[in-house]
Amino acid sequence: MLNLQLILFLIFGALAVAGGINMLRSRSPIYGALSLILVMGALAVLYLLLGAEFIAFVQILVYAGAIMVLFVFVIMLLNAQPLPPHERARFARRLGLPAIFILLGILAAAFALRYSRARLAAGSPMFHVRSIGQALFHQGLLPFEATSVLFLVGIAGAVLLAARPETQSSGTDTPAVKAADRSGL
Amino acid sequence: MIPLSYYLILSGILFTLGVAGFIVKSDLISVFISIELMLNAVNLSLIAFSHYLRDMTGNLFVFFVMVVAAAEAAVGLAIIIAVVRNRQTLSLDEMDLMKH
Amino acid sequence: MQMPLKIYLLIALIKTVLSLAVMASLIAYVQLAERRIVARMQSRVGPTRVGPWGLLQPLADTFKLLLKEDITPSQTSSGLYLLAPAISVTLALLSIAVIPFGPVIHIFGYTTPLQITNINVGLLFILGVTSLGVYGIVLAGWSSNSKYSLLGSLRAGSQMVSYELALGLALVGPVLLAGSLDLRKIVAAQAGGHWFILPEIVAFLIYLTAAFAETNRIPFDLPEAEGELGAGYHTEYSAMKFALFFFSEYANMITVSCVATLVFLGGWAGPVFGPVWLSRIVLPLFWFCLKAAFFLFLFIWVRGTLPRFRYDQLMALGWKVLVPVALANVLITSLVVAWR
Repeated sequence: MLNLQLILFLIFGALAVAGGINMLRSRSPIYGALSLILVMGALAVLYLLLGAEFIAFVQILVYAGAIMVLFVFVIMLLNAQPLPPHERARFARRLGLPAIFILLGILAAAFALRYSRARLAAGSPMFHVRSIGQALFHQGLLPFEATSVLFLVGIAGAVLLAARPETQSSGTDTPAVKAADRSGL
Repeated sequence: MIPLSYYLILSGILFTLGVAGFIVKSDLISVFISIELMLNAVNLSLIAFSHYLRDMTGNLFVFFVMVVAAAEAAVGLAIIIAVVRNRQTLSLDEMDLMKH
Repeated sequence: MQMPLKIYLLIALIKTVLSLAVMASLIAYVQLAERRIVARMQSRVGPTRVGPWGLLQPLADTFKLLLKEDITPSQTSSGLYLLAPAISVTLALLSIAVIPFGPVIHIFGYTTPLQITNINVGLLFILGVTSLGVYGIVLAGWSSNSKYSLLGSLRAGSQMVSYELALGLALVGPVLLAGSLDLRKIVAAQAGGHWFILPEIVAFLIYLTAAFAETNRIPFDLPEAEGELGAGYHTEYSAMKFALFFFSEYANMITVSCVATLVFLGGWAGPVFGPVWLSRIVLPLFWFCLKAAFFLFLFIWVRGTLPRFRYDQLMALGWKVLVPVALANVLITSLVVAWR
């Protein structure tokens, strides 16, 4: 049993990294979005390994099932095709990319040294839905309510931004479907 | 069992891939996708620390990150739709109205 | 009792294979039942030629679909075109993994639940997997490179995303009453005939309506409206790839029927009598299947009765009626639960 967790970590960690690399490599937005869904699925499994079952399934439900559906939907709606690479980003490519990977190396070394003896204990604590709910509505009540207001503002803003100007939609060739469709987005 | 550093390094790799995507991608949607990847990477390290410290707060924090990410995605995609409607392009290179 | 790992894995394997086999044959026969029942409603006979009462018709259909020429249109984005039906069918079959069909049984000295695996957040798992089901349809439409497919899949996408909200909110009421997301505990909370359909009748009706939309069935089958769109998202699919979409639609129907049975109708509860094997295993399974079969019949009955909605009516119903009513139901239920 000792190695089972490690094996699962390696498999799904590799899957997540593969998804991330594929996201970076693919030029077409749709493949980028699908790679990100792969990453999210792999991360959900890792969350399960870390005892966060609620977060794992919310990750699937909210991130992969709702947010990424919106992305895929918008990509389809706008018919986003692969674009030629940046013209003016030579500086960022030449200097920025190596810099990031050097930063990653430093971070990884620091993590490996600082937390090398920090093992995740066996018989892991499970964060059950009930205790998360209690924490959420006691110590996290104010942030929770603040987030709900933020959400409401977000919805109103999204509807307002994506709405067409009134003058355009008065034509007979714009069916009522569009208005309803927008609320769907 | 698994050292905590493994999770942190994985999170670092994913975050780096997200930053790299943010820099090299040339269309608006891919840049947005890279930002989501970075958020996910941070979530992973939060959950790992939450498990290591046996503290619920990391889980709560990830929950809020997800909720805010959902609002952000809705508004961000609405902005992208509005931009494409006005400029008929997704290319970041062509969105230079403020320059000229 | 701790059972050895080998036995545990063996039992899990048996349960998985058995569930999949039952599911696959059930899907085939639900289709036959649908054809026969709808035919009767329309004063026709339906398929009767293959086998007695047409009972071998599903077999003949399967062979036909397997042997048909598999056409891949030249303009498709090939990888995604092949992936889409696979995603659809995988996700449709995945959710039966957490559905309990009966109580915990004792057999040959071992104790095992009548369920592939039990997890603490079973209902959340089912909702999550269902929400991923959109990808199969959306990718099918996008990768086919045909305008009818694209329109069908855009419709399906927005319809499923909209009604998923009502579906999830409708399930919150029973979850509040049971105080758990574990399907087994939700069933246990309804023990003694306190089925959640009575206190949560509003949630039940919303769930039922949303379930019809989630599975793209009449009266909400806009994504495949054959009169307007050819066949919607699977216009460009043929032979076995088409059959996989068909298969996943019926698998989803069975899943939502099972969830409705578990959450609103008390699961496998019902009058039991007789010796242990009868009262602990056979009769609970019988009651569960009977209740689920009722919902499946309802799907077919509605198909034979109602016309198709218009698209704007569909969206208005979802967002302006179902979601607000479901929210009000959640509010009232939580007030009642807090009061107790």
